[in-house]
Amino acid sequence: MPVSLREVLNSGKFVISAEVGPPKGTNIEKMLHHIDLLRDKVDALNATDNQSSVMRYPSLVTTFLIKERGGEPILQMTGRDRNRMALQSDLLAAYTRGIKNVVCLTGDSIRVGDHKQAKAVFDLDSVQIIKMVRQLETGKDMGGNDLDGAVEFCVGATVTPEADPIEPQLIKFEKKIEAGAEFFQTQAIYDLVKFREFMKYARQFNVKILAGIVLLVSAGMAKYMNENVPGVFVPQELVDEMAAVPKGKGLALQKGIEIAGRMIKELKDDAVCDGVHIMAIGKEDVVPDILSAAGLV
Amino acid sequence: MKTITEQKPFEEIERCLENENNIYIIGCGTCATMCHTGGKTEVLNMKEQLEVLGKKVVGWMVIPTACDDLTGEALKEDAERVNKADAVIVMACAFGTQTVASFASENGKPVYPALNTLFVGKGGESGVFSEICQQCGDCVLATTGGICPVTMCAKGLLNGPCGGTNKGKCEEDPERDCAWTLIYKRLEKLGKVDEMKKYHAPRNYQKVARPGKVLVETEGVKK
Repeated sequence: MPVSLREVLNSGKFVISAEVGPPKGTNIEKMLHHIDLLRDKVDALNATDNQSSVMRYPSLVTTFLIKERGGEPILQMTGRDRNRMALQSDLLAAYTRGIKNVVCLTGDSIRVGDHKQAKAVFDLDSVQIIKMVRQLETGKDMGGNDLDGAVEFCVGATVTPEADPIEPQLIKFEKKIEAGAEFFQTQAIYDLVKFREFMKYARQFNVKILAGIVLLVSAGMAKYMNENVPGVFVPQELVDEMAAVPKGKGLALQKGIEIAGRMIKELKDDAVCDGVHIMAIGKEDVVPDILSAAGLV
Repeated sequence: MKTITEQKPFEEIERCLENENNIYIIGCGTCATMCHTGGKTEVLNMKEQLEVLGKKVVGWMVIPTACDDLTGEALKEDAERVNKADAVIVMACAFGTQTVASFASENGKPVYPALNTLFVGKGGESGVFSEICQQCGDCVLATTGGICPVTMCAKGLLNGPCGGTNKGKCEEDPERDCAWTLIYKRLEKLGKVDEMKKYHAPRNYQKVARPGKVLVETEGVKK
């Protein structure tokens, strides 16, 4: 009998979530392979929602596929492409198909994606989406109308522990908790000293925090993220460690796996946070290797 | 407050005028003059460009404020030349263009816009015009230190910054300030950061039925 994410979050176990990236197109074989590979190795699998504002196979149907194949899906839901009516409809659909977890996000800007001319929706922001889920749970929709059958979800959100400036980010984090978020998957973290500081603050709230782990595949990627990805800072030691890898097929990837595993092990051994959310971004095949590098298999 | 415009690519105007030979050009002495998109200089430039194309410019004028109803009178005054035209090109914002169209269409003259209307903005100092209000009909400035997130935040977020904010800049455009960083700093200065901690409900898009229309009741004007 598979265990729900909420049960795992409340069990005290170190929680592992990962994600699958829906494809651009109808060839879902590779994604199904990743689902099959990971469904029993992690506690839950996120289905990303047109990630980076790139049009893809939908997150909702991806959660159905994860469910059908025996995994515990987490529906990512952004306000970028759908207004409050469409979002509520999707939640009704998700609930009837046994999807019990939703992570609510604002969504990336349309302008960073592959349909730059599209109309950006953003009818609701992440805090308002969380409230919306909680509203539907009361048996009424956002219009105040009765539902013939309500929903129930384990509601998650995201936070960037190294946002610059941090104060407005933390205000929003607290608003998400106030709105009803039970767990958080963080933006990628690499500096565990700084993350421990964040956790000292976050521990005062009754929410579960899963640290975001993004697999490094090269020193170039680390430098790129430092320059271009908001709120992601790879410390120089890690950049140097990646750069010191001798040239050779798969060696840098191997080092990235080792670093991710090492970070996860430290987070778990020191009970820094409640779990990790592994984002392998196209390298889902190696998630089991990361887990074994962390000593979790 | 000015209506900020840009000139359309000339090829687009050329396509509109494919089957029109005699052209009348109208500029505007207010916002379009300030934006250098439809003042006297630009109107004369357009005249020259159209003549190079082989069109005949039968007349032109720069109306002081093209969006004003006096535009009808101005067209009447130059009726002789306007009547010779197959089409009217308007180098004013869409308010001006629609006003001209409402009068010129009475005489069977099609009206074509030469400008794109970008936003209603403020400024003009050193040539910079900025959009600071979108006329949403549900002003939130009381809780945001007088900075509008509906307009200044690329996503129009009401409850704080998104994860894309970076060192005080916007995810969409690193040249643009993050509205919520500005708001946070302003509220901090005012000692009112708690305002930002309050939940802001989703916007009510029914506040202004679009297109907006309001009757301002006065002594002489009653419902």
